[in-house]
Amino acid sequence: MPRIFTYIEHRAGVPDDTAAELAAAAARIDGSAAPTAILAGAGPDLAAAANALKATHAEIWTIAADALAHPNAELARQALVAVLPPGSIVLVPHAHFGLDLAPGLAVKLKAAYIPDVLAIEGLESGSLNVVRQEYGGQVSAHVRGDVSSGAVVTIRPGAIKPQPGASANGTVVDKSSTVGTLSARRRYLNTVVAEVGEVDITKHAVLVSVGRGIQDQDNVKIAEELAQTLGAAVSCSRPVVDAKWLEKSRQVGSSGKTVKPKVYLACGISGSFQHLAGLKGSPFIVAINKNPAAPIFQVADVGIVDDVLEFLPELTTRVREIHGA
Amino acid sequence: MEILVCVRRVPDTSENEIRLNDAGNDIERDELVYSINEWDNYAVEEALQIASRTGGKVTVVTVGSEDDEEVLRRQMAMGAHQAVLLADEAFDGSDGQGIATILSAFVKKGGYDLILTGVQAEDGAGQVGGMLAAMLDYPFASLVNAIEVVDGKTLRVGREVEGGNQEMHEIDLPCVLSIQTGINEPRYVGMRGIRQVASVPIPTLGAGDLGVDPASVGRTGARVTRTDYFVPVLGKGAEMLGGSREEIIDKLIELMRANGGLK
Repeated sequence: MPRIFTYIEHRAGVPDDTAAELAAAAARIDGSAAPTAILAGAGPDLAAAANALKATHAEIWTIAADALAHPNAELARQALVAVLPPGSIVLVPHAHFGLDLAPGLAVKLKAAYIPDVLAIEGLESGSLNVVRQEYGGQVSAHVRGDVSSGAVVTIRPGAIKPQPGASANGTVVDKSSTVGTLSARRRYLNTVVAEVGEVDITKHAVLVSVGRGIQDQDNVKIAEELAQTLGAAVSCSRPVVDAKWLEKSRQVGSSGKTVKPKVYLACGISGSFQHLAGLKGSPFIVAINKNPAAPIFQVADVGIVDDVLEFLPELTTRVREIHGA
Repeated sequence: MEILVCVRRVPDTSENEIRLNDAGNDIERDELVYSINEWDNYAVEEALQIASRTGGKVTVVTVGSEDDEEVLRRQMAMGAHQAVLLADEAFDGSDGQGIATILSAFVKKGGYDLILTGVQAEDGAGQVGGMLAAMLDYPFASLVNAIEVVDGKTLRVGREVEGGNQEMHEIDLPCVLSIQTGINEPRYVGMRGIRQVASVPIPTLGAGDLGVDPASVGRTGARVTRTDYFVPVLGKGAEMLGGSREEIIDKLIELMRANGGLK
């Protein structure tokens, strides 16, 4: 059985939520052996994050270097290649840092690369069987990866539920001395924090959220009229921001805002996982979409197959009638 | 600056309802609308804008078949100076690593300062750019949403990260960047533009031309293979409202009231 490692992202001394999800994924591959957590970073933050994992992990490897204090996947990759035993299976969150790190890590380890995994069905005679999604989540696929030379597997955040594990009282092993001098042809400069727009969509109980189905900038006003009638705010999915129809501060999703409304009207939104990652607090989701196969219908509470350009104005009119009555 | 953009032709998920075929081993491809992968279109636009500032040519390349020539022509109509098709029976069934292997062999034959890919394809998972960079031993950045040319040796790039924040990096050339949608506003391509490039020859290179070992790519080389497709069940599924639009609206208003969305 190959040794399984989980790559732990951490911030300000706290391991990311994905740490427990990766541990659960590892248990799906091999239930008999606990995975080894592996963390790169610097200073007290790294030590604190490693200590926080002791309760749930039997073994935690740390790689400390000043150069690893800031996000730089090229440096992290060099460090991992230096410490990982050949043939290992490495689990990495399929998120912003993982997309930078994992594909190249697989190449340098000469391992198979199995990206964006939603579920793990198990390891069977050198093959890892997993579930992935394609075409924006409209269809899923069973995928088999040959892991006989090891594998780098990225796990979609939120897809695999953390399992309550036995208390571990783990040990931290400092692997820093195994890693030689790190040098990158890419240098981290700074992080520009997202602007808060004139409307703060994170503060609203009701959101009228528009996606590609709104079709044109001029049609955004259809959603604005409904929002005004409901006392709601207009938010959106990524394609609307890409097309410059609304400000970035209105975007819901992993690359936009995280919102917790009571009611979320998803209008012409297909429901990519990046978008759904920005929806927290179990809102009542109403999905209106022309495409009955849109993934949003799998997660919505109520679904309506219709053209938002026709449906929304009629809904607005009806709500106004009720308010007028 | 010599720029290579790796592109793909994909079924357009905004235009199509993707269904499974009867055997469940592929999607139903009859009557699908294909287009340039959206991320790649932004990558080509970005390449054209950089080349117009620094000089140099933009080349677009794809691994595929004759059917894929239409997207190469479309990108030439956009302004790309040349296009190359990498096609060979030995390439069929390649996994992400196979595609990256084929592309890296092509890159080694040219002298490119900058290589762009889209962040991901409609049927992919954001893997080819990062693997290509590692195979070439070039630096890489993913999710790039801003590029500034510092000088002939360095770029300053922004990466889109959590919460809409932007991580700024300096990166040495040559490098590979995967381009995020929204980085620019891709220019419109009209029928006239496409007609103008309709007869421009597109060279095709196979495994022999590229010096690619056929066993390292295609079905033989693939370590990651799809066994079948199925329709996902993520949640319990929505309660679908039926009836006339008027009836649906009345029911919806009732439900919104019950859930705090309407006073």
